[in-house]
Amino acid sequence: MSAQAFGTDLIVAESKTPLPEGVHLPLYMDNHATTSMDPRVLEAMLPYFTGVYGNAASRNHAFGWEAEAAVEKAREQIAKLIGATAKEIIFTSGATESNNLAIKGVAQMYKERGNHIITQATEHKAVLDTCKRLEKEGFEVTYLQVQPDGLISLDDLKAAMTDKTILVSIMYANNEIGVIQPIAEIGKLCHEKNVIFHTDGVQAVGKVPVNVQAENIDLLSLTAHKIYGPKGVGALYVRRRNPRVQLTEQINGGGHERGMRSGTLNVPGIVGLGKACEIAGEEMEAESKRLTELRDYMKAKFENALDYVHVNGNMDHHLPGNLNMSFVYVEGESLLMGINDIAVSSGSACTSATLEPSYVLKALGLGDDVAHSSIRFGLGRFNTKAEVDYVADKLITTVIKLRELSPLYEMVKEGIDLSKIEWAAH
Amino acid sequence: MAYSDKVIDHYSNPRNVGQMDKSSDEVGTGLVGAPECGDVMRLQIRVNPETQVIEDAKFKTFGCGSAIASSSLATEWVKGKTISEALTISNTDIVKELALPPVKIHCSVLAEDAIRAAIGDWKKKNHVAEGAEVAVAAH
Repeated sequence: MSAQAFGTDLIVAESKTPLPEGVHLPLYMDNHATTSMDPRVLEAMLPYFTGVYGNAASRNHAFGWEAEAAVEKAREQIAKLIGATAKEIIFTSGATESNNLAIKGVAQMYKERGNHIITQATEHKAVLDTCKRLEKEGFEVTYLQVQPDGLISLDDLKAAMTDKTILVSIMYANNEIGVIQPIAEIGKLCHEKNVIFHTDGVQAVGKVPVNVQAENIDLLSLTAHKIYGPKGVGALYVRRRNPRVQLTEQINGGGHERGMRSGTLNVPGIVGLGKACEIAGEEMEAESKRLTELRDYMKAKFENALDYVHVNGNMDHHLPGNLNMSFVYVEGESLLMGINDIAVSSGSACTSATLEPSYVLKALGLGDDVAHSSIRFGLGRFNTKAEVDYVADKLITTVIKLRELSPLYEMVKEGIDLSKIEWAAH
Repeated sequence: MAYSDKVIDHYSNPRNVGQMDKSSDEVGTGLVGAPECGDVMRLQIRVNPETQVIEDAKFKTFGCGSAIASSSLATEWVKGKTISEALTISNTDIVKELALPPVKIHCSVLAEDAIRAAIGDWKKKNHVAEGAEVAVAAH
């Protein structure tokens, strides 16, 4: 298919054709941001809003016991999914809180041992901003740069470690580009050096096999709403032996969750998180295979139909449902505008005050122009092949239309080297 | 973010998309913005040397929907105007017409810059001094 084969007339004609069977608008394909609740999760939660409404901390009546039993069942379900024991699961309000508790909790507990923390440039803000806060309190933080494929180098990590290093926090899988870090190798290295290893597992848990024992993970953050559970509930895995990890609590109150996180437990939410983990464990193999195939199919469609497309992130170590592509010479926000009945994300930040594109894409060494042109597709449990076809076809049509409008595409096609032009920045 | 109907209209049906012969003396070309900022506009005008009336205008824009709409609108507005009239178009007129939100004001500034750059290029080619356009247009 030639890039010039479509005119605007065809776009108009296409928009009048009925939707393919099984496609409903608006169409959601942004499953790294959040997911729709699985009806089975909702069903498991419902009894815990009205019928079984006890406080799990009420030790002297049946209402409390029933709630506690539900919470303990969820703890087991979560532990099973990540190879932990139930006592190692601490409930929180979500992964942002889990990351705060893990990083600040370790920093404060182990500050006599050292004041150095290692993380990476492409972490989620929940980790980066927590580290920045600790820097203000006198901690030293190393932000490892990533390689052009998004993975950190183990040699860089090794070189960054000092005898003051108390914590390494490296995310399991990236929320924008979907790359999976060499977690087992990082864990092994940390344990050899007697450094605590935290990983933000939000995007990975329930999507790819995670095992805290085999991978030497000491602390792992997870959340329900990325795995078809409810929003506002998450957990932190805290290793109890080899080594036993201690945390300084960040919320004081009734001493819930073994003193690490006070506050009345969100019983329905916790039941939902447990159920979501159980389903994810049972269906992971089939689901990851299906999503990987759909993602590769989508990627191939783009690559066959368009020139100047660029895949962001290492595709060999990658989340099944993630595809991050730059459609070069087309600005991301205008692309989203052309597909406004489809929910995906752009690496462009044209609306932000700084006009800075995604810091994750910039960390890969991409030029700002390529970063501005990126779209993140997040395929999930409820996306179908018909939807992938619809999204890909509509996106391709929009890219072709916008490239007809793009002076950059025209110049490149004429053989002009854009890097040689003196651009007048405004 | 929600776009105004006028932005959506220009984005969906951009006016005057295209390219004119840059080397022609009658054509003024303005290329403003930068790829790393996420906005590049190229606005071209073809000017009648006798009347200094802008007889045709074309644009191509790499940028968000508001940038595309701002430049599309700019081509509509300059067409039929003399270059001195075109120089009175300001970015605030574009903001008002397209109901651009504050974060998109830079798109309108860029469109104004593009008009000025295209006129400047034409003047340079035709050896018209700054400020001299009014006198010529009064013939």
